Amino acid sequence: MSESVVTKEHSQDTQTENKDVIVSYKNITKSFGDVEVLKGINLDIKPAEKVALIGPSGSGKTTIIRMLMTLEQPTSGEIIVDGKNLWHMEKNGDLVPANEKHLREVRGDIGMVFQHFNLFPHMTILENCMTAPIHVQKEDKASAKERSIEMLKKVGLGDKLDNYPSQLSGGQKQRVAMARALVMRPKIMLFDEVTSALDPELVGEVLEVIRDIAKEGEMAMVLVTHEMEFALDIADRVIFLDNGVIAEEGTPSEVLEHSDNERLQQFLHRFRS
Amino acid sequence: MNWRWDMFFEALPYVLQGIGVTIGLTFACYLFALIVGFGWTFLRRIPNKTINWIITWIMEFIRSTPPLVQLFFIFFAWPMVPYVGVTLSPFASAVLGLGIHFSTYIGEVYRSGIEGVEKGQWEASRALNFSTTQKWTKIILPQAIPPTIPMLGNYLIIMFKEVPLAATIGVVGILHMAESFGSVNFRYLEAYTIVALIFLALSYPSAILINKLERKMNRRFDKKAALNSMNESKGAVS
Repeated sequence: MSESVVTKEHSQDTQTENKDVIVSYKNITKSFGDVEVLKGINLDIKPAEKVALIGPSGSGKTTIIRMLMTLEQPTSGEIIVDGKNLWHMEKNGDLVPANEKHLREVRGDIGMVFQHFNLFPHMTILENCMTAPIHVQKEDKASAKERSIEMLKKVGLGDKLDNYPSQLSGGQKQRVAMARALVMRPKIMLFDEVTSALDPELVGEVLEVIRDIAKEGEMAMVLVTHEMEFALDIADRVIFLDNGVIAEEGTPSEVLEHSDNERLQQFLHRFRS
Repeated sequence: MNWRWDMFFEALPYVLQGIGVTIGLTFACYLFALIVGFGWTFLRRIPNKTINWIITWIMEFIRSTPPLVQLFFIFFAWPMVPYVGVTLSPFASAVLGLGIHFSTYIGEVYRSGIEGVEKGQWEASRALNFSTTQKWTKIILPQAIPPTIPMLGNYLIIMFKEVPLAATIGVVGILHMAESFGSVNFRYLEAYTIVALIFLALSYPSAILINKLERKMNRRFDKKAALNSMNESKGAVS
């Protein structure tokens, strides 16, 4: 009897959270072998909020978003997505590790853009965009095609529909990758150092697209980035990660211009010089 | 013993009677090996150390034993095993024996193909929320299999050349026919020469074909790309 009371409270709890938080990290840790990369991360992300994660390499920022995409499993702690526990599911009143079916259900609202694009080389640009809406979301083929074309036009690649990824520049590939993620209509978009693998002259076109997406506003966005000016420009909140913990967070101007955290100053100094 | 053309032409149609069985057995063994090979590949992907160790060891055992010994075991010894022993026809024994032997090699070919698919492709499949089946059929296998086609073709030729082993358990292919022609007419020279020539006539063109296929595969994505950009530049001119 006491068990059922506990679960009831638990569900009420998540419902109240539901209103203004879409993703919630609760005391998340992650170790790779003996190395503890994340040491207790607590982080709430609001719907439509734009969060920039900055920090030195090895600080665990990429791991944070990879865990949300279910590419990496937390060592301990919980991640709640839209009121649902991502890595655990309820079975006979107990919390047990999630199976693939549960993961698929919960991560359906999350999209991700990768540093190395990860386009499907055996499909055309259009097929790259259409295939998931058709097969995963069971959308009608004609409407998936129409929306994909529209999205590719929006990122400026309406004339490349029948090309293969190998024929595109890095910047174009990354814009296709964004279109591919966007046609899935995610509530949360993750960007993992999406400009790091690009030639400097191609960075601008990609940032421009992200800026456009951000302006539309409906999606929550989490960006792992080294582009400080860009973070300052589009983020609602900047989080500085150092040594596996959140060392500083606040509005872009608070963090990037007015913080007196010493490690943060050192980190920013390297970018400004 | 001198060469006799009349015997050669007498033996030729006789030996050729076995060609259907030889080729049929080759393809039956090959198909069997292609399917069982998939089984090995997926069994080895089970994330359990004990199962993995057992499967690896079984594959190693099969590969390290001569196919002829395996054929003899299946045909002569297995029927005598209590409870599970079954008597199979020579043809079925050959399909089972050679098929299983080569399935271990073919399983390795598949594995190399799958390992050749970039890690990012698996991650993108997760990010787009494909089911496990969709991930394999739409993303991984379409990229993993084409590069292995030349290697798989080579195994077809290798198996074709191993199929005469089945004559030892009584499968009536060209080798068996040549043997019986030789023993009746005391003309082994012409009969076995014919067998050698038939193998040469079939293996050599196949090898050339596979070579061409391999070059074509290597250019596959590039070629698609080249074609497209050609069309584009045409469009730009006109």
